[in-house]
Amino acid sequence: MYDVAIIGAGVVGGLVARTLSKYKLKICILESQNDVAMGATKANSAIVHGGFDAKEGSLKALLNVRGCKMMESVCNELGVSYKNNGSLVVGFNDEDRAVLNELLNRGITNGVERLQILEKEELRELEPNLSDDVVCALYAPTAGIVCPYTLAISAVGNAMDNGAELKCNFEVISIAETDNGYKLSSADESVDARFVVNCAGIYSDKVARMIGDDSFDVHPRRGEYILLDKECGDTVSCTIFRTPSKMGKGILVTPTVHGNLLLGPTSVDIEDKSDKDTTQEGFDSILRNTHETVSAVPLQKTITSFCGLRSVGSTGDFIINSPKKGFINAAGIESPGLTASPAIAEYIEDMLKDSGLEMISDPDYNPIRKSYHAFSEASDEQKNEMIKENPSYGKIICRCEGVTEGEILDAIRRNPKPRDLDGVKRRTRAQMGRCQGGFCGPYITELLAKELNIPYEDVTKFGGKSVVNIGKTKGGQA
Amino acid sequence: MRDLVIIGGGPAGMSAAIAAYENGITDVLILERDENLGGILQQCIHNGFGLHKFGEELTGPEYAWRYEEKVRALGIECKLNTMVLDVSNDKVITATNAQDGIFQIQAKAVILAMGCRERSKGALNIAGSRPAGIYSAGTAQKFVNMKGYLPGKNVVILGSGDIGLIMARRMTLEGAKVHAVCELMPYSGGLARNIEQCLNDFNIPLKLSHTIVKIHGKDRVEGVTIAKVDERRKPIAESEEYIPCDTILFSVGLIPENELSKSAKVDLSAITNGAVVDQDRQTSVEGIFSCGNVLHVHDLVDYVSEEAEIAGKAAVEYINGNKDKNILIPIKTDGKVRYTVPQTITKEKDVAVYFRVSDIYKNVKVNVSDGNEVLFSKKRVKVAPGEMESVTLKKEVFAKAKELYFSLEEM
Repeated sequence: MYDVAIIGAGVVGGLVARTLSKYKLKICILESQNDVAMGATKANSAIVHGGFDAKEGSLKALLNVRGCKMMESVCNELGVSYKNNGSLVVGFNDEDRAVLNELLNRGITNGVERLQILEKEELRELEPNLSDDVVCALYAPTAGIVCPYTLAISAVGNAMDNGAELKCNFEVISIAETDNGYKLSSADESVDARFVVNCAGIYSDKVARMIGDDSFDVHPRRGEYILLDKECGDTVSCTIFRTPSKMGKGILVTPTVHGNLLLGPTSVDIEDKSDKDTTQEGFDSILRNTHETVSAVPLQKTITSFCGLRSVGSTGDFIINSPKKGFINAAGIESPGLTASPAIAEYIEDMLKDSGLEMISDPDYNPIRKSYHAFSEASDEQKNEMIKENPSYGKIICRCEGVTEGEILDAIRRNPKPRDLDGVKRRTRAQMGRCQGGFCGPYITELLAKELNIPYEDVTKFGGKSVVNIGKTKGGQA
Repeated sequence: MRDLVIIGGGPAGMSAAIAAYENGITDVLILERDENLGGILQQCIHNGFGLHKFGEELTGPEYAWRYEEKVRALGIECKLNTMVLDVSNDKVITATNAQDGIFQIQAKAVILAMGCRERSKGALNIAGSRPAGIYSAGTAQKFVNMKGYLPGKNVVILGSGDIGLIMARRMTLEGAKVHAVCELMPYSGGLARNIEQCLNDFNIPLKLSHTIVKIHGKDRVEGVTIAKVDERRKPIAESEEYIPCDTILFSVGLIPENELSKSAKVDLSAITNGAVVDQDRQTSVEGIFSCGNVLHVHDLVDYVSEEAEIAGKAAVEYINGNKDKNILIPIKTDGKVRYTVPQTITKEKDVAVYFRVSDIYKNVKVNVSDGNEVLFSKKRVKVAPGEMESVTLKKEVFAKAKELYFSLEEM
């Protein structure tokens, strides 16, 4: 019997688990996929929003502003890349200026600090590559960028290091109420828990229905992105938004914490929750919009494109409630969900406390976790010490991102252990550079096979049937 | 302080090292990131290498061994499993490996011979899903030829570059079915002999002016939608066709790997994506030379070796203080001739100039002029972008020119 079962190991589930792991609680995280961070967490804009966008008095506003304030210290504790680069919402005309003034006032009401409207001249100085058509912008110096998937991975890992359990490939298909809690079942096994937190992202409405809560829906909204080479990361320094419309914040142009340039997302409501296809219309829209806000984006330096699905709730706000005793929904966590995630975790901690979960601090709790990039962030002297102790730090496997064998092996051996190529990619950045794993893919396949003690041909890209090779060659069979 | 440091131990690096050694500089160090010398030749187990250089058809590893044997016999020092992290403008090289950790070497001269990488699928913005089963042709070649594993059974290849053609044959020989090789352009970028020997001999259809418009499949690739493209290379919706397959290979171009050249502040050409060089393959930074596929993508390794010899010999002249510093003549092109290597030449020597054309042209004259007068002319029945061309110019021919223009004249 677990004290708390958390359904979904995205950034929200991960941070909820980590927040609760400071208490003497038996915690279990149930994840339907082969790895954590596999939903909206791995494919979004990676932005820490200032908090001027959400409606006054909404949960989104409250938790966004709080999350934005918490993000840097949470990232520092967990060894996650974060940068306070500021954001600009750019306007092209008087109509936009009116909206920007509205956002400014809303931001002030929401408690966002140091917001200001910048005029064309100041903007030129701050961002020389902005399009000439931009006349003004709302500047939010508190905004930032973060690595969303390592935030989730590190939160889960930290929770596990503090005693939580993770079960991957555990898709909850039914929930039964028991005398002292809930029984959650997958096709293969069941777990019992006194309290349940539903962080199932795009499927959180489906999970809520398993206990009879049909008070909300979550529908998928497609967001496509184009990622450019690290050579282009300094095209802009701030995150550049367009003046928003009701479909979202529009196509943005932003550096990432790893120095790439990210363009997107599109915003198209779709039906199929498993449809993460990119589209030609999406590419066209991103390219057209980007051109309007930022000149000189070197599109020929594209290294990949991808698509994520936002979990759009039917209420317009985050849906964080308790439809039944001991069962908490954290649903409809669309933008600014990533920013809000540390605050959502805190909010849910309070809800659980209020609903009778006894929380006794664990004296052994350690909030600190080493970064996946600790080696590459070290000085040359420190690196040489580390190589002397462990020569595999001297062997570079991923030439594009400069990732060593030692870092890859560390990542494979740490909680939560990756079991596929994409899992190694998200943790270490190996295969994430300009050659997209063309050179290092076969080596990492080998390292994974060895570490997991499985045949080479059983290594997958992301679990399930996503095998990289289908078998041996004629010569290989001999 | 080392006399000559060569970055890359592939065919270019080895050939440059041998040439330098045989011309009197014996303090040569090769830094190679892989565990073996030979570079990408190690996975090119098909034959056809060395016809020009040795008059024989060798496999890639055999060709590499001809050079490795010599490197070993001469006792040229090689650091394997060694990744160069930075080359500075004043020739300080920072590298790392498991034995030495991170270390620096000051060199008198540097030869850049890092080779090239494949343009990845990610660079193309192809719509659809992102399942397993998508590889660049060279990655698939590594799986099949080096690791002994088969990426899939039913294959569609996008791009008819040489590696794509070679892999069409290789996958077929391994029992896979290659359903089509699609090529965006109206002509193949590969060698004519590879079209013949790798596609036609195995009845693999080459679909010119075709591209992949959508990738299907959740876990593994399940199929592709291909379409014919119009003159502006835009897909024609009515021509869409679905091909079931479990594997897609991309052979859509090679990119010289010039990240280190950039760190050394070497001027690069926007056309070749390699350094701008003189007849000795010296870059804009004195004492830093570039050769092989990092300079411009070659179709035959034989020419890589030749080019590297030029660089190796010139590095010796530089180290000995003998490299001429005469005024150089820039070479310009008309667009039909896409680029030349070298881009500048001295008046002091006869020079072989290599070039590529931008389209297929039949019955043309390659003209070299000084702007007013044609100084040299050579007839060609057919020239194609996939096949590198060359002319050798006697120094007397261009002795008085201030600039040279390379152009194609259709007859």
